[in-house]
Amino acid sequence: MSDSFKGPTTSRRQFLAGAASVGAGAIAAGSAKAAGDPLITEVQDWASGLGEGVDEVPYSLPIEFESDVIRRNVPWLTADPISSINFTPIHALDGTITPQGCAFERHHSGAIEMRKQDYRLMINGLVDTPLVFTYEDLVRFPRENHVYFCECAANTGMEWAGAQLNGAQFTHGMIHNMEYSGVSLRTILQEAGLDAAGDLKDKWVYVEGADASSNGRSIPMEKALDDCLVAFTANGEALRKEHGYPVRLVVPGWEGNMWIKWLRRIEVTDAPVESREETSKYTDTQEDGTSRKWTWEMDAKSVVTSPSPQSPIKHGSGPLVITGLAWSGRGAIERVDVSLDGGKNWHEARLAAPGEKMAVSRFYLDINWDGTDMLLQSRAIDDTDYVQPTKTQLRDVRGLNSIYHNNCIQTWWVKSSGEAENVEVS
Amino acid sequence: MSKSLNLYIGGGFATAAVLTVAANFGDRAISEMPSNPSVMTAGISNPDTLFIAAANAAPEHVGVFGIGRVALPEEISAWDMDILPDGTGLPDGEGSVLDGEELFSSYCAVCHGEFAEGVGNWPKLSGGEDTLADEDPLKTVGSYWPYLSTTFDYVRRSMPFGNAQSLTNDEVYAIVAYILYSNYLVDEDFVLNSDNFLDVDMPNSDGFIVDDRAEAEYPIWSVEPCMSDCKDSVEITMRAAVLDVTPEETRARQIQDMIDSTNPNNATSSNSSSSSSIGQTTVVTIAASTGSTDAKASVTLDADLVAAGEKVFKKCKACHQVGDGAKNRTGPQLNAIIDRTLGSVEGFKYSKTLTEMGAGGTVWNDETLAAFLANPKAYAKGTKMSFAGLKKDSDVAAVTEYLRSFSQ
Repeated sequence: MSDSFKGPTTSRRQFLAGAASVGAGAIAAGSAKAAGDPLITEVQDWASGLGEGVDEVPYSLPIEFESDVIRRNVPWLTADPISSINFTPIHALDGTITPQGCAFERHHSGAIEMRKQDYRLMINGLVDTPLVFTYEDLVRFPRENHVYFCECAANTGMEWAGAQLNGAQFTHGMIHNMEYSGVSLRTILQEAGLDAAGDLKDKWVYVEGADASSNGRSIPMEKALDDCLVAFTANGEALRKEHGYPVRLVVPGWEGNMWIKWLRRIEVTDAPVESREETSKYTDTQEDGTSRKWTWEMDAKSVVTSPSPQSPIKHGSGPLVITGLAWSGRGAIERVDVSLDGGKNWHEARLAAPGEKMAVSRFYLDINWDGTDMLLQSRAIDDTDYVQPTKTQLRDVRGLNSIYHNNCIQTWWVKSSGEAENVEVS
Repeated sequence: MSKSLNLYIGGGFATAAVLTVAANFGDRAISEMPSNPSVMTAGISNPDTLFIAAANAAPEHVGVFGIGRVALPEEISAWDMDILPDGTGLPDGEGSVLDGEELFSSYCAVCHGEFAEGVGNWPKLSGGEDTLADEDPLKTVGSYWPYLSTTFDYVRRSMPFGNAQSLTNDEVYAIVAYILYSNYLVDEDFVLNSDNFLDVDMPNSDGFIVDDRAEAEYPIWSVEPCMSDCKDSVEITMRAAVLDVTPEETRARQIQDMIDSTNPNNATSSNSSSSSSIGQTTVVTIAASTGSTDAKASVTLDADLVAAGEKVFKKCKACHQVGDGAKNRTGPQLNAIIDRTLGSVEGFKYSKTLTEMGAGGTVWNDETLAAFLANPKAYAKGTKMSFAGLKKDSDVAAVTEYLRSFSQ
């Protein structure tokens, strides 16, 4: 499979681009010594002429100089981009909120276009009254706002057998973190009435989408009544088409496949449907050939996003910001440790803000880099005291046959040149 | 919890809730709702109005807030099509392996192979028995799927790819029967129906355990971790640069860039779906560079139409490639298709019909493409292309223009 993808790696080309800008910086610094930096001493066009007026772009995209901060696909992963996944450029982002426009996409039958007025949500099954809601109906229910991460269960899945992809975007980019507004699933279930369901302990809620795949998943009633959200907006604006406009389900802390987009139906059942996505996919085959099912929760995980293969060090030795992301589907991030020497010694990183449940945390470790090789790692600890395991620890329990739920500690080999590479260490 | 809800509703709120329902229906049915005129106006063209009579006939919905309306039985049966492992939800009907073989060849084989063995990266549906404990297990309906209900449910709701929910229940039974046959799970003369459905033995039905991470993993990894001198030495054991499978930059925006570069008004547009020249037809001349010869002929293209066609072409991309390096996949590559003889791309196995039409001298041009794209099976009976057709003439024109941009 990999044979047909020979060629220069992204990191090599990006590193070379990076090296070029190091050179440019050196020249600028030199001329500053001689006659002052012309960017300061000479009047620039932008300081003299005029910029664009308001309304030039009624809704803007990032400035052209950021045109490389985009989602990227790994073509050999899937047969077709219509049923595929791409990756968030986490190596180039900061803070915790992922802009919708570059947040990873996962479609099974492509991203459909549905108008709000064509939207219908049905609730049926073991409810007192089966109901149909329009979009206008949904926005009349009391609303909640929450920040949650959504991670595909396959994130880092290509790394089980060994270091494969050179870039945090590719190894860890099947994640985004957004602020959602919507109605709790509990509210919708209660509107239809759950007396007909009897004892709720062994009941399930089957949710499905309106697209041609009609992706469907079974969620235990306990989770459905706990924190699931029927969301219409993300980061303050309507969901983008690729994230399920006009309505998607948010299932905090649980694998992204359950976050049904274009949510069209909620059915209360007395057993799981055992759909394709919860039997043939999103199950985890262990070393002896048996498979775990219903592995919904995303365990604690972290990754250094910079420096990393797509984000090399361009400034040489001296002050260096090491930063990354950490998250846990079972609670809030409590601590992140960073190692510069492949896990021999660890330093507690600084969390930009206290961890929030099922939301991404940003961490920083500010060091004075001496310019020697580093083997950069990060490990997350959540408020259940779970410590992110090494790849060896994961393999010891699960073997090599799994695809999903790889939350191992990642290693970047940062060389004295500033270039970084995805490696595994002993 | 639901009990307390009942108490809440029972205590004098019921009347208010019913009134809310009445108002809710009222603003759609354009009755007395003077406080919200804009919604009333919207109701006229809203498809909702078609269902108001039926919805009003349904029992009244009280609920907690009284929002929404009662779902009608025919609406529930239209959408509620899931089938549980115990057979709940199975429709009446039947289908034989033999019928399934023919249907599978027509609708499924382009991606899954004639014997369900899979084409390229598309899912393999047969084979893989006793491989689950191997390093690279082959997971198919036969080797992995625990319940037959899942196969029926998935084929009925999601297949064929690009034309979902077009199969009759009997056809789904037949295709499922053929998939079983391709896994050596039933004989050639087998007929699957709702009565014998649960008798089929799925080899990996006992192969699953419920998530046991809480017992098997969490205790091991919930101890205070080592902070210093945790290992004697650290060696690099594997490097991604050795394997080297990181993708090159994608060329998805190539056509748009080509258009942008020849149209100064569009110079900074990077989004192919945005209409960058609203209200004017932008006609540009593009020196197309995808031909097989060195001749750089010029062709006048409608850039907006090309952009619209690129969007429509998403429906075709599942099976067809076009552009630099396009290869035959489940469908033939489409470079230089304008004026090409039907069924003439080397190395592609066409249906008998298309080959014969080509031998008879038919070529792809605006007329033949329009007829084929509007209704493939009507224009070329027996074609392997399992695509229902483009309903809008404007889509046909756009995708034709898009293909033309690769045809010089």
